[in-house]
Amino acid sequence: MADQAVDTIVGRGNKDGADLFRQWFGELTEAAGEDRRAAYVFVMGSFCELLQVFDLPIVFPEINSLQTAVRRVAHEYLNEAEDYGYSPDICGYVKADVATQLRGGELPMGRIPKPAIAVYTNACNTYIKWAEIWERMYGVPTFVLDVPGSRAAGMQTWPGDPDFENDRRYVAAQIKELIPVLEKVTGIGFDIDKLRETMTHANSMNRSWKRVLELNQSQPSLFNALSDGTIYLGVANGFRGTAAGAAYFEDLVEEMEFKAAQGIGTLTEELYRLIFVGVPCYPIFRRFTELFTELGGTFVNSTYLWFASGGSNFGFQYDLDDPIESLAEGVLISVRDAMDSMFFQTQILSDMIDDFGADGVVYHPIKSCRTVSTGLADNRRALMAQRDIPSLFMESDMMDKRVVSEAQLKNRVDAFFEGLATRRQRAAIQQP
Amino acid sequence: MTIKATMDDGIATRVFPEWRGQPLDEILYHCRELAEDEDFPTVRRWREAGGKVVGHFQVYFPEEIAHAAGMLPFKLRGASVEATQADSRFGSYLCSILKTSLELALSGRVELEMFVTHPICDAARNLAAVWGRNFPYPCQILYLPQNANSPHAAEYLRGEYDRVRRVIEEIAGRQVTETDLQRSLGVFNENRALLRELYAIKRETPWLISAEDAYVLVAVGGMIPREEHNELLRTVLPLIRERSAKRQDRIRVVFEGGFCEQPPLDLIRAIGRSCYVVDDDLLIGLRWILEDVPLDGDPLLALATAYLESSSYSPVQHDLRKPKEAMLLKRIAASGAKAAIVTAAKMCEPGLEEQVAYTRALDEENVPYFVSEFEENMTSFDHLEIQLETFIENLLFE
Repeated sequence: MADQAVDTIVGRGNKDGADLFRQWFGELTEAAGEDRRAAYVFVMGSFCELLQVFDLPIVFPEINSLQTAVRRVAHEYLNEAEDYGYSPDICGYVKADVATQLRGGELPMGRIPKPAIAVYTNACNTYIKWAEIWERMYGVPTFVLDVPGSRAAGMQTWPGDPDFENDRRYVAAQIKELIPVLEKVTGIGFDIDKLRETMTHANSMNRSWKRVLELNQSQPSLFNALSDGTIYLGVANGFRGTAAGAAYFEDLVEEMEFKAAQGIGTLTEELYRLIFVGVPCYPIFRRFTELFTELGGTFVNSTYLWFASGGSNFGFQYDLDDPIESLAEGVLISVRDAMDSMFFQTQILSDMIDDFGADGVVYHPIKSCRTVSTGLADNRRALMAQRDIPSLFMESDMMDKRVVSEAQLKNRVDAFFEGLATRRQRAAIQQP
Repeated sequence: MTIKATMDDGIATRVFPEWRGQPLDEILYHCRELAEDEDFPTVRRWREAGGKVVGHFQVYFPEEIAHAAGMLPFKLRGASVEATQADSRFGSYLCSILKTSLELALSGRVELEMFVTHPICDAARNLAAVWGRNFPYPCQILYLPQNANSPHAAEYLRGEYDRVRRVIEEIAGRQVTETDLQRSLGVFNENRALLRELYAIKRETPWLISAEDAYVLVAVGGMIPREEHNELLRTVLPLIRERSAKRQDRIRVVFEGGFCEQPPLDLIRAIGRSCYVVDDDLLIGLRWILEDVPLDGDPLLALATAYLESSSYSPVQHDLRKPKEAMLLKRIAASGAKAAIVTAAKMCEPGLEEQVAYTRALDEENVPYFVSEFEENMTSFDHLEIQLETFIENLLFE
């Protein structure tokens, strides 16, 4: 029985995730072919729960852009955008998308529809500048659904606090303002019961995502947060608010619980449990992970799986009796959590080190993303002052291979692992 | 130097005595010296007199709230200093102003009781966390609304201002009443009116005031009490109008790109040598609100409403009513400029992104423009000046 389950359950998340991804892109290509317009959204506060109510195809330009890097054609897109006038020093995701739009939506995975509307938060300020480009290109409505974040480390407020309620009223008011805009764009009336349905799916996904992340506390770890985790993340974003997305994550929980019970880890012989802070190096995505796994390092968690899921890791559960107000509260808390894991992550990382039994922390700031990267050097300084744990700090990029030097990265990673090994030997010697 | 004097307007401390009783050229000289002084002596004098300081990062901060608590709102706009300590707190691909602003604090050049930044860009928002890990005093983000088009935005911002007021009250050790706020609004209304007058002089008679002198007259406002700035401007503006400088045959330009990191004064001087800068977005945060804020009613709501409804524009505020390229064209038309200098600070994401929209709009409208990048710490301007002169000559002989 267990052997049978190993065959059917283990690895299912990766396989099904890839299938869903292909399905998603197939649907987008079909929509583009029929000249149906889409909602353009971002991973931190996508509002898919609400957009699904209006039957809008959902396009995540960040995911499209990173896919050009994974498929090693990002440089073509970046060059095209730079020829158009964009600076080498701005976000690579933005530039890849500009080139995608100039190419009529053509991407290696298919073709994306043009936007009918863009809906986005300010979790990343570049979202706002990015959407302004579509506003100019297509003249479509763009809606900043502004979600205030934490004002300082440890300053989160909660329901009942006057400052929280001020933020909640603002978010709720904006959701109520967005609904008629969506009705106008799509010609579809708002159906609150349909919203309840998508929120039910989102509740299920949030619960499961939180559980999947927690289950990786198992030893050995059940999935690599950098490689496997990114596949799960794609589903978490693209299928948010759908029955397929909720089912996928229920299956994923089942897979991880099974692996935990059976003591089945990743393919890596796990010697060191690592935490990843930053954004993956997509231009050499597989090789980047191998730099660590070849030396026995597995990533047991990452801030990326927190913020790039829009804070779904928090596991917020919507109150379906009061959908709009609860959506406002959930978005406020979840997107704030996503922002906290980028800006105020010292305590988050300290807790992760304990909860996941981490041996080291890998910081990977990137040129393209100032949201994630600006404070990482200082965060590392603060964390190292607080915790006795080795860390690695190396810069490259998520899109632009011109600033990715594999040889230099390997040297740094090798030296880091030598340090981890020495530390472990010393600890063994010091033990009575 | 500590200067204390109780004046009728209630301000107990004046920190910039050098200009008083001086002829215009001397006053402007002292303003240039102060604007470029990396030790920020006026802030030090304020503290030596027992005052407290709220340091606020670019672009806009409701200074009236700090002012009403008797604190000095100090505009952190970087400086031409080497970021020897701050460099290790940041990654490689960042604008200079982030690093030098933190350097001012880490090196002890400026001491604060509170630091505030804003979600104007991805890098600036990170500053609250970085600052907070390095200093024990409150270091916070003031979440100015990025949905300026929401009918609820003003009410939300009123609540956010009230939150900041409560934090400031704790630091100041005193209550900030409606009367305090209304008095501060009055002081700042006068300041805004005086700055508008300064810019009217730039537009109407740019030969009477150089670009660099107009700039420093604004800049010193961010580092001295606003009453004192009002006194300075009240003294200087009539003297400028009385000048007998002759109009020269120079191209009238708008300078765009100085909303956050500031170009070095030498760069502004170099531009001013070739053309008349008749309008610009330099230190736009100090001139953000375009009209008097009403003094009746709820002062925080009035201030919040003015931020949204009676304000300028910049690449870091999204407002569907103010497409940036349309606003730039409007600025050019309103100032009678014939060309634009479209700059961005190096590594400034919003500035660099906006450059594309600006230049495309200028192309469409056939407005000549000169595109450049700058850094606050740059020291060589020869190349840029030659390029600019060539651009100007082309326009003059067209």
